[in-house]
Amino acid sequence: MDFLNALVTLANFVIVPGLAYGAQLALGALGVTLIYAILRFSNFAHGDTMAFGTMAAILVTWGFQALGISFGPLPTALLALPFAIAITGVFLLGTDRVVYRFYRAQKAKPVILVIVSLGVMFVMNGLVRFIIGVGDIGFTDGERFIIGARDFREWSGLDEGLAIKTTQGITVVTAVIVMAVLFWFLNKTRTGKSMRAFSDNEDLALLSGINPEKVVMVTWLIVAALATTAGVLYGLDKSFKAFTYFQLLLPIFAAAIVGGIGNPVGAIVGGFVIAFAEVLITYPLKKVLGYLLPESLAPSGLVQLLSTDYKFAVSFVILLVVLLFRPTGLFKGQSI
Amino acid sequence: MTHSMRAPLLLGLVIALLVGTGLVQGWNATLTILNYGLISAIMALGVNLQWGFAGLFNVGIMGFVALGGLAAVLISMPPVPEAWNAGGVHILGGLALGAATIVAAVMAFNRMAKGWPRGIAVVAILLIGFFVFRSVFDVGVDLVESVNPAGTGYLGGLNFGMQNYREWGWMTIIAWPVGGLLAAGAAWIIGKTALGLRSDYLAIATLGIAEIIIAVLKNEDWLSRGVKNVSGLPRPVPYETDLQQDPAFVERAASFGLDPTMASTLYTKMGYAVLFAIFLAVLLWMAQRALHSPWGRMMRAIRDNEVAAAAMGKDVTGRHLQIFILGSAIVGIAGAMMTTLDGQLTPGTYQPLRFTFLIWVMVIVGGSGNNFGAVLGGMLIWWLWVQVEPMGLALMGLITSGMADGSFMKGHLIDAAAHMRLLTMGVILLLVLRFSPRGLVPER
Repeated sequence: MDFLNALVTLANFVIVPGLAYGAQLALGALGVTLIYAILRFSNFAHGDTMAFGTMAAILVTWGFQALGISFGPLPTALLALPFAIAITGVFLLGTDRVVYRFYRAQKAKPVILVIVSLGVMFVMNGLVRFIIGVGDIGFTDGERFIIGARDFREWSGLDEGLAIKTTQGITVVTAVIVMAVLFWFLNKTRTGKSMRAFSDNEDLALLSGINPEKVVMVTWLIVAALATTAGVLYGLDKSFKAFTYFQLLLPIFAAAIVGGIGNPVGAIVGGFVIAFAEVLITYPLKKVLGYLLPESLAPSGLVQLLSTDYKFAVSFVILLVVLLFRPTGLFKGQSI
Repeated sequence: MTHSMRAPLLLGLVIALLVGTGLVQGWNATLTILNYGLISAIMALGVNLQWGFAGLFNVGIMGFVALGGLAAVLISMPPVPEAWNAGGVHILGGLALGAATIVAAVMAFNRMAKGWPRGIAVVAILLIGFFVFRSVFDVGVDLVESVNPAGTGYLGGLNFGMQNYREWGWMTIIAWPVGGLLAAGAAWIIGKTALGLRSDYLAIATLGIAEIIIAVLKNEDWLSRGVKNVSGLPRPVPYETDLQQDPAFVERAASFGLDPTMASTLYTKMGYAVLFAIFLAVLLWMAQRALHSPWGRMMRAIRDNEVAAAAMGKDVTGRHLQIFILGSAIVGIAGAMMTTLDGQLTPGTYQPLRFTFLIWVMVIVGGSGNNFGAVLGGMLIWWLWVQVEPMGLALMGLITSGMADGSFMKGHLIDAAAHMRLLTMGVILLLVLRFSPRGLVPER
């Protein structure tokens, strides 16, 4: 019984939140990795792309709510998601046309593109703040829980409850669907295959008649979909705040590098590695250990390895360890 | 226009803008902009060393600035003897144990044969060491933070003046180079791990260290009071109130036709401006000497073609580490100066957009690879950063003048004017990169 209680506590506070956060990071890291593989630079504007997409989703959601449209027990934001993706896609294609294309034609060094992405980040960040402000915005509606803590206790007869929020369930399900579609697209369709060829060897791909502009366009559209989905899921799960999204950049980059930048499978694995490490290290394990250990050994402190304020330190340390010992990441990166 | 004319022209523009600000908004505002502009110029100089000379991409400037600020507190504030008596031993002992753990882990890694026993040994040392460190350290932290938490609650600094620390304000100037040392230490750790890999890895590693340094400053109350802030740092220049009490000063002010309050404010700010200008001049002179020395030529050779430089026997990673540390140290010095000017350390106000990316705009706009360009870019962009907000407000006032008072759109637009800054900076950065990628004062 104690073992089950410990397991449920762990699931409630570590496994379920870790899965949801990991799925959000994985989607973000997939976007970063795709841009790296096709356009060959680290996009510092990615966090703000997520913020922009989420802002679009919030605005459409408000519109739907004003019209009285809802999605039953599910959040209205899911209905707004396709519209938000379209808006973000158009915006990203616009930035590509106005900003990035010039440097691509020049074959500028990657680091120049990184600085250009800083400029884009400034503009996007300014736009988001301009349009929706800097405050915390919650836009979750519909049913709050799939399983409530009390229902679970009554059903199982355990002392500990397990609560799964609707947003956490939606996050994991959506992420799985998006990833499945992405891999199907990359491996089975003609466009996807041409993207992989372009990423593997640009010159060879150009020789075999692949249109680079089309590949780039499709990439931006996929990135818009991934970033908006990641941003909306994160916002539903927590809340929307422009600055928080900017700060997500670090764990997302860490996830992409840990997995091997340029490698989609790596991005997903990296996302979950970072998320679980972050949640586990900042969660006080006192209760879990209290159930597992005999009473004489039960810990007196909280057994919290690091305070939650240091969650960036977790992704950073993992990043440093990977850079020191395996700079190519867990999976070999550089191509999709 | 020849290139040699560009720097004087830009200097003229900066001076004209400052004088114009003085005529329109008052000399007090001008001196404030000038002081922060001088500090920004020093930061831009440090970043230009890294980016312009060596092509290193550092996006952790905020962290080095904050470390400089920490140095200002640790040197210029008086120690808190009660806190040292209560928990000083535990804190120092804990830190020593933590350092010993890392040394032991590194030694185990270097001495033991490759294989899984080594991995397990290193992880075990780190884990056990971490718990021992926490068990000693946490006790000290609790003891220190419980000493008068509303007033001090931290260990304090090293100012020998104790209660009379305000009279020992010159110690603050010592804190500036110390800030450089702290920043250099952090840069060494980052450089050791991330240099020699792909260029974007350094960027991401520096992004991370900056966030962590801010997190440490916000949470380690025993060190610098965390978000409770340390205020009332001693100054290297006279206090306004002291000047106003001084009959000789009041008389001199009256002879210029100024009232004592205004005169004392201007005098203090001028004092800062002179100090900062001296530091800027010395650093600029050193940077120029470095650029024109054989070492500077080697740096640019490495930047322009790493493979060729390596083939000529240059230690590319070693040189990169050197210049990365030097540049970060300069940023640290500027960070300490800024905290001195503010008179307080407020970790909550460190924002990457303001302290990292704005400095990048300064360097790119000014002219990467040209020290004068970076310095003037720093002054120019700082002036713009300050002035865009009133300009944005005026613009919004003009746009919304036709709208009904209290309408949603009007309120929203006027609130949003504050965010014009980021948009403007982004657009300026993109325009310069596109149409004048070498900056206003290009490298010769």
